[in-house]
Order: sequence, then C-alpha cells, then structure tokens
Amino acid sequence: MNVRLYLWQRATAAVMAPLVMVHIAVIFYATRHGMSAADILSRTHGSFAWAAFYGLFVLAVSIHAAIGVRNILTEWTPLPERRVDACVVFFGLVLAVLGFRAVAAVVLW
Amino acid sequence: MTTELSVSLWRGAQHGRYETYRVPQRQSQTVLDVVTFVQRHIDPTLSYRFACRVGVCGSCAMTVNGKPRWTCRTHVAKVAGDGKLEIGPLENLPVIKDLATDMQPFFEKWRQAKGAFAPTQTRNDPIAQIKPDTPSRKAAAAAIECINCGVCYAACDTVRWNTEYLGPAALTRAWTLLNDERDGGNIARLQAIAGAGGCHACHSHQSCQELCPQALNPTAAIAALKRRTAAAYLKGEIKV
Repeated sequence: MNVRLYLWQRATAAVMAPLVMVHIAVIFYATRHGMSAADILSRTHGSFAWAAFYGLFVLAVSIHAAIGVRNILTEWTPLPERRVDACVVFFGLVLAVLGFRAVAAVVLW
Repeated sequence: MTTELSVSLWRGAQHGRYETYRVPQRQSQTVLDVVTFVQRHIDPTLSYRFACRVGVCGSCAMTVNGKPRWTCRTHVAKVAGDGKLEIGPLENLPVIKDLATDMQPFFEKWRQAKGAFAPTQTRNDPIAQIKPDTPSRKAAAAAIECINCGVCYAACDTVRWNTEYLGPAALTRAWTLLNDERDGGNIARLQAIAGAGGCHACHSHQSCQELCPQALNPTAAIAALKRRTAAAYLKGEIKV
C-alpha cells in the first residue's frame, strides 16, 4: 500500500464511522418500534436525505473494501500487481453496483 | 537444573535439517555459549556469526526456540526451562550455511529507505549544537541505539508476506534521520518510504517492538512515518 491508497482508506474509514453508528441506531429504532418493511419503505421513498446517506455509505464501502482486499491479494497471493489492481477495481465496482441498486430499491420504488 | 542440554541446530543452507547435540549446562550460560561449545568441542564445521559477545555489534542474532534473539545476551535459563534448545538461522533472510544468514537484503533495504545521513554542512563548519530536550531530538532517539541485528526484520510478518516491504529497522532509521536537524535529505527519504513497500505496508503487529533486544519501538516510529508521509503527500512535497 502506498501513501495515496493509505489516505483513501483512512478517509473512507472516517466517513464510515459515523454512518455505521447512525445505521445501527436506525436498525434499533425500527426493531424497537416494530416497524414492518412497508412502514420503513413508506418513510424512505422519495427521500433525498436517505438516498444521500446510504449512497455515501456505499461509495465509502466500495473504496475502503477494495483497498483492503488489494492488500490481502498482494500479500497472500502470487498475483502480479496489475492483475491484483484489475481484480480489486472489479470487486469495488461490483460492491458499488449492488449497493446503489439496493439504495435505489429503498428510495425510488 | 538438568546437567545437559538437548540442542538442535540447523545444518545446511536454505534446505537443511536440524541435528541434535548434547551440551553441558552451566550457570549464566548464554545461547551463544552453547553454539560455541558445539563448534569447539563437537563439530568444528558448524558456521555461525558473532563478534563482540556483549550485545553491541548485532551480528549474533539467531532463531531460538522459534523467536529471533540476540544470542550473546540471551541466557539459556530464560529460554530453555525444559533443557531443550532449537537454534536456527534468522527468518526472512537467505541462509548461507548453518546459522549464518546473508544480511545483504536487510542492509539493501536500509539503503533504499535512505538510511544514510545526508549532511548539510562540511567539516569546515562549526559543530552543530543540538539541544537534548527538543521534541525532534527526543524523536530522533527512536533508533539511535539500533545495532542492526536483524531481529525485528526476522520477527516481522509483513516482511514475510511482502518482499518489497522495507522492514522495521530501515524505517526506524529513516524516522531518526527525519528528526535529525543536521540532515538535509528528508524529501527524498519521505519519497522513498511512501511507495508500495514503505511504511504504509506495516500492519502494526508489534512483533518488532516486542522482540527488539534494545527495547526500541519501531512500530511507533513507523506510525509516525505514516503521518509524516501523509502530510507531505497532501502538501504536494512527494508524489506516488
């Protein structure tokens, strides 16, 4: 890992830390109030705030996890650097697509 | 106390085997004493490296019962309570023969991390006055007592996994020079340690500081290097 990847990983971790806290608080709130999926979706539909919140979450996770997996592949496999970079870019994109798809499902439909 | 030690010594080069010897146990006996006994009384073809025998030169480090140690200051009573010793060459370095490793990769990385002092004055200038209580002088003490024994390098998992990684000794040396007010090579040094095998590869496992015979803390120095290189990168002083 070089200094640029190090900063990206630390920065995305700093972004995720408060988001995870809010995410967990939301889970507790929803379960303690016995909210159904329909109740939750009725609140999130059309909400720019929730779209921005979870959109940022997905973006940070995709970057953070991809850099972490890059370290693992670099240290634990004999793959050359270019192959490792290709793998983790693909991995990050898959996470981003799956994540944004989930955000769209909660906010748009 | 048992009167005899069972000592397994690595024999051969990279692909060798352990051979067991019986060595008399004595009071205040060091691991280096044991190895020397085998060479002088049992098998004179045994190869190992030592010089000062008092913990100054850093040349006698070996793997003792699974951990890298300076053998001249490691007492047998401390590491072989059951009377058994297994002594091998340092890990993470090529084996030349028996207990002697090739230290060239270790010192090559020291050089790559710009471990050489870059003077800013000549011998004709007055001697620099460095106050001992300044923060930079205190930080520079991180590796001044390093004897380059290679124990931290052999103990480091990241060195084992990442052949590019510069290792704790080279990076701690870089940290000391970064804090040396007389040195003028800091931008080149930060650039050298900000790449793929540099300080950011460290996982902070802390084996280096646990096993350093001089009780230095390379992990703390490397953590400081991470912050210093990150600041230099954000200011545009170095590039990746």
